[in-house]
Amino acid sequence: MLDYLLSFLVLFGAALTFIGSLGLVRLRDFYTRLHGPTKATTLGVGSILIASAVFFSARGTGISLHEILVTLFLFITAPVSAHLLAKAALHLELNSLAKIPRKKVREANALERADQTQATKQATDNAEKIPSTDGPQEPTQ
Amino acid sequence: MLDIVLPIAFGLVAVAVVLSFWRLLWGPSAPDRILALDTLYINTIALLVLLGIHLSSALFFEAALLIALMGFIGTVALCKYLLRGDIIE
Repeated sequence: MLDYLLSFLVLFGAALTFIGSLGLVRLRDFYTRLHGPTKATTLGVGSILIASAVFFSARGTGISLHEILVTLFLFITAPVSAHLLAKAALHLELNSLAKIPRKKVREANALERADQTQATKQATDNAEKIPSTDGPQEPTQ
Repeated sequence: MLDIVLPIAFGLVAVAVVLSFWRLLWGPSAPDRILALDTLYINTIALLVLLGIHLSSALFFEAALLIALMGFIGTVALCKYLLRGDIIE
Protein backbone atom coordinates (compact mmCIF):
# COMPACT_ATOMS: atom_id res chain seq x y z
CA MET A 1 0.00 0.00 0.00
CA LEU A 2 2.74 2.41 1.04
CA ASP A 3 4.70 1.32 -2.00
CA TYR A 4 1.85 2.33 -4.30
CA LEU A 5 1.44 5.69 -2.57
CA LEU A 6 5.18 6.38 -2.89
CA SER A 7 5.20 5.34 -6.55
CA PHE A 8 2.23 7.58 -7.30
CA LEU A 9 3.80 10.58 -5.54
CA VAL A 10 7.18 10.12 -7.25
CA LEU A 11 5.65 9.69 -10.71
CA PHE A 12 3.25 12.62 -10.24
CA GLY A 13 6.07 14.87 -9.07
CA ALA A 14 8.40 13.88 -11.90
CA ALA A 15 5.64 14.35 -14.50
CA LEU A 16 4.78 17.82 -13.16
CA THR A 17 8.46 18.82 -13.13
CA PHE A 18 8.72 17.70 -16.76
CA ILE A 19 5.56 19.60 -17.72
CA GLY A 20 6.91 22.75 -16.07
CA SER A 21 10.14 22.63 -18.05
CA LEU A 22 8.23 21.80 -21.24
CA GLY A 23 6.18 24.94 -20.64
CA LEU A 24 9.42 26.90 -20.23
CA VAL A 25 10.54 25.77 -23.69
CA ARG A 26 7.26 25.73 -25.62
CA LEU A 27 5.39 28.86 -24.50
CA ARG A 28 5.85 31.92 -26.66
CA ASP A 29 6.46 35.01 -24.56
CA PHE A 30 8.21 35.66 -21.27
CA TYR A 31 5.11 36.25 -19.15
CA THR A 32 3.53 32.92 -20.11
CA ARG A 33 6.89 31.18 -19.72
CA LEU A 34 7.07 32.59 -16.19
CA HIS A 35 3.69 31.00 -15.53
CA GLY A 36 4.72 27.44 -16.42
CA PRO A 37 7.70 26.45 -14.25
CA THR A 38 6.89 28.55 -11.18
CA LYS A 39 3.68 26.62 -10.61
CA ALA A 40 4.40 23.18 -12.02
CA THR A 41 7.87 22.74 -10.56
CA THR A 42 6.98 23.81 -7.03
CA LEU A 43 4.08 21.33 -6.95
CA GLY A 44 6.22 18.63 -8.60
CA VAL A 45 9.19 19.07 -6.27
CA GLY A 46 6.76 19.37 -3.36
CA SER A 47 5.20 15.97 -4.06
CA ILE A 48 8.62 14.35 -4.60
CA LEU A 49 9.72 15.77 -1.23
CA ILE A 50 6.56 14.44 0.44
CA ALA A 51 7.32 11.03 -1.08
CA SER A 52 10.84 11.23 0.34
CA ALA A 53 9.53 12.21 3.80
CA VAL A 54 7.11 9.23 3.78
CA PHE A 55 9.87 6.90 2.55
CA PHE A 56 12.37 7.84 5.25
CA SER A 57 9.72 7.97 7.99
CA ALA A 58 8.57 4.43 7.10
CA ARG A 59 12.06 3.02 7.62
CA GLY A 60 11.63 3.12 11.38
CA THR A 61 14.32 5.63 12.34
CA GLY A 62 11.80 8.26 13.42
CA ILE A 63 9.98 10.93 11.46
CA SER A 64 12.17 12.57 8.84
CA LEU A 65 11.86 16.37 8.92
CA HIS A 66 14.61 17.52 6.53
CA GLU A 67 12.19 17.46 3.60
CA ILE A 68 9.70 19.70 5.37
CA LEU A 69 12.47 22.29 5.68
CA VAL A 70 13.28 22.17 1.95
CA THR A 71 9.57 22.22 1.03
CA LEU A 72 8.86 25.20 3.27
CA PHE A 73 11.84 27.09 1.90
CA LEU A 74 10.89 26.40 -1.72
CA PHE A 75 7.25 27.37 -1.17
CA ILE A 76 8.24 30.64 0.48
CA THR A 77 10.88 31.63 -2.07
CA ALA A 78 9.18 30.63 -5.36
CA PRO A 79 6.59 33.48 -5.34
CA VAL A 80 9.25 36.01 -4.31
CA SER A 81 11.57 35.10 -7.18
CA ALA A 82 8.65 35.00 -9.65
CA HIS A 83 7.56 38.46 -8.54
CA LEU A 84 11.08 39.84 -8.94
CA LEU A 85 11.40 38.23 -12.39
CA ALA A 86 8.10 39.79 -13.50
CA LYS A 87 9.24 43.17 -12.19
CA ALA A 88 12.52 42.86 -14.09
CA ALA A 89 10.69 41.91 -17.30
CA LEU A 90 8.30 44.85 -16.97
CA HIS A 91 11.24 47.15 -16.28
CA LEU A 92 12.98 45.95 -19.46
CA GLU A 93 9.63 46.24 -21.34
CA LEU A 94 9.76 42.77 -22.90
CA ASN A 95 7.28 42.00 -25.66
CA SER A 96 4.00 40.52 -24.54
CA LEU A 97 1.57 38.56 -26.69
CA ALA A 98 -1.36 40.11 -24.85
CA LYS A 99 -3.02 43.03 -26.62
CA ILE A 100 -2.34 46.45 -25.18
CA PRO A 101 -5.61 47.74 -23.66
CA ARG A 102 -5.89 50.85 -25.90
CA LYS A 103 -8.97 52.26 -24.21
CA LYS A 104 -7.43 52.10 -20.75
CA VAL A 105 -4.18 53.62 -22.01
CA ARG A 106 -6.13 56.49 -23.59
CA GLU A 107 -8.09 57.08 -20.39
CA ALA A 108 -4.92 57.04 -18.31
CA ASN A 109 -3.23 59.48 -20.67
CA ALA A 110 -6.22 61.83 -20.58
CA LEU A 111 -6.24 61.71 -16.79
CA GLU A 112 -2.52 62.43 -16.64
CA ARG A 113 -2.90 65.36 -19.04
CA ALA A 114 -5.74 66.80 -16.94
CA ASP A 115 -3.60 66.48 -13.83
CA GLN A 116 -0.71 68.21 -15.53
CA THR A 117 -2.81 71.16 -16.75
CA GLN A 118 -4.31 71.54 -13.29
CA ALA A 119 -0.85 71.45 -11.72
CA THR A 120 0.54 74.05 -14.12
CA LYS A 121 -2.51 76.26 -13.54
CA GLN A 122 -2.02 76.06 -9.79
CA ALA A 123 1.65 76.84 -10.19
CA THR A 124 0.95 79.95 -12.26
CA ASP A 125 -1.71 81.07 -9.76
CA ASN A 126 0.76 80.72 -6.91
CA ALA A 127 3.39 82.61 -8.87
CA GLU A 128 0.94 85.45 -9.41
CA LYS A 129 -0.07 85.57 -5.73
CA ILE A 130 3.43 85.54 -4.25
CA PRO A 131 5.59 88.32 -5.64
CA SER A 132 9.10 87.11 -6.16
CA THR A 133 11.50 88.78 -3.76
CA ASP A 134 14.74 87.56 -5.27
CA GLY A 135 14.20 88.42 -8.92
CA PRO A 136 16.99 89.12 -11.33
CA GLN A 137 19.00 91.96 -9.87
CA GLU A 138 19.75 94.97 -11.93
CA PRO A 139 23.40 95.11 -12.71
CA THR A 140 24.81 98.14 -10.88
CA GLN A 141 27.49 99.90 -12.71
CA MET B 1 6.78 -1.02 -7.70
CA LEU B 2 9.08 1.79 -6.60
CA ASP B 3 11.95 0.08 -8.43
CA ILE B 4 10.01 0.35 -11.70
CA VAL B 5 8.82 3.90 -11.13
CA LEU B 6 12.12 5.47 -10.02
CA PRO B 7 13.97 5.09 -13.37
CA ILE B 8 10.98 6.62 -15.18
CA ALA B 9 10.99 9.53 -12.74
CA PHE B 10 14.76 9.94 -13.22
CA GLY B 11 14.25 10.06 -16.97
CA LEU B 12 11.46 12.65 -16.77
CA VAL B 13 13.40 14.94 -14.45
CA ALA B 14 16.57 14.56 -16.56
CA VAL B 15 14.63 15.59 -19.67
CA ALA B 16 13.26 18.56 -17.68
CA VAL B 17 16.84 19.57 -16.81
CA VAL B 18 17.84 19.37 -20.49
CA LEU B 19 14.82 21.47 -21.54
CA SER B 20 15.55 24.21 -19.03
CA PHE B 21 19.22 24.15 -20.07
CA TRP B 22 18.08 24.69 -23.66
CA ARG B 23 16.14 27.75 -22.57
CA LEU B 24 19.22 28.94 -20.63
CA LEU B 25 21.32 28.77 -23.81
CA TRP B 26 18.74 30.10 -26.31
CA GLY B 27 16.62 32.42 -24.18
CA PRO B 28 16.18 35.61 -26.16
CA SER B 29 16.22 37.96 -23.16
CA ALA B 30 18.01 38.17 -19.82
CA PRO B 31 14.92 37.46 -17.64
CA ASP B 32 14.36 34.31 -19.73
CA ARG B 33 17.81 33.07 -18.82
CA ILE B 34 17.30 33.89 -15.14
CA LEU B 35 13.99 32.00 -15.17
CA ALA B 36 15.73 29.05 -16.85
CA LEU B 37 18.41 29.09 -14.12
CA ASP B 38 15.67 29.17 -11.47
CA THR B 39 13.92 26.16 -13.05
CA LEU B 40 17.27 24.39 -13.41
CA TYR B 41 18.07 24.53 -9.71
CA ILE B 42 14.55 23.44 -8.73
CA ASN B 43 14.89 20.45 -11.10
CA THR B 44 18.27 19.68 -9.56
CA ILE B 45 16.68 19.57 -6.11
CA ALA B 46 14.11 17.07 -7.44
CA LEU B 47 16.91 14.96 -8.95
CA LEU B 48 18.88 14.97 -5.69
CA VAL B 49 15.86 13.95 -3.62
CA LEU B 50 15.08 11.14 -6.08
CA LEU B 51 18.68 9.95 -5.78
CA GLY B 52 18.30 10.01 -1.99
CA ILE B 53 15.25 7.73 -2.27
CA HIS B 54 17.05 5.45 -4.76
CA LEU B 55 20.16 4.98 -2.59
CA SER B 56 18.04 5.23 0.60
CA SER B 57 20.56 7.62 2.06
CA ALA B 58 19.72 10.83 3.93
CA LEU B 59 23.00 12.48 2.94
CA PHE B 60 21.53 14.46 0.07
CA PHE B 61 19.13 16.72 1.97
CA GLU B 62 21.86 19.07 3.12
CA ALA B 63 22.97 19.44 -0.48
CA ALA B 64 19.37 20.03 -1.61
CA LEU B 65 18.86 22.67 1.08
CA LEU B 66 22.12 24.40 0.15
CA ILE B 67 21.16 24.44 -3.53
CA ALA B 68 17.73 25.88 -2.66
CA LEU B 69 19.30 28.66 -0.57
CA MET B 70 22.03 29.59 -3.03
CA GLY B 71 19.72 29.38 -6.03
CA PHE B 72 17.21 31.74 -4.43
CA ILE B 73 19.92 34.22 -3.50
CA GLY B 74 21.31 34.04 -7.04
CA THR B 75 17.91 34.65 -8.63
CA VAL B 76 17.20 37.61 -6.36
CA ALA B 77 20.65 39.12 -6.98
CA LEU B 78 20.32 38.82 -10.77
CA CYS B 79 16.81 40.32 -10.72
CA LYS B 80 17.99 43.20 -8.55
CA TYR B 81 20.82 43.78 -10.99
CA LEU B 82 18.38 43.98 -13.91
CA LEU B 83 15.99 46.21 -11.98
CA ARG B 84 18.40 48.69 -10.42
CA GLY B 85 21.71 48.28 -12.28
CA ASP B 86 23.32 47.41 -8.95
CA ILE B 87 22.87 44.67 -6.36
CA ILE B 88 23.75 46.34 -3.05
CA GLU B 89 23.09 50.05 -3.12
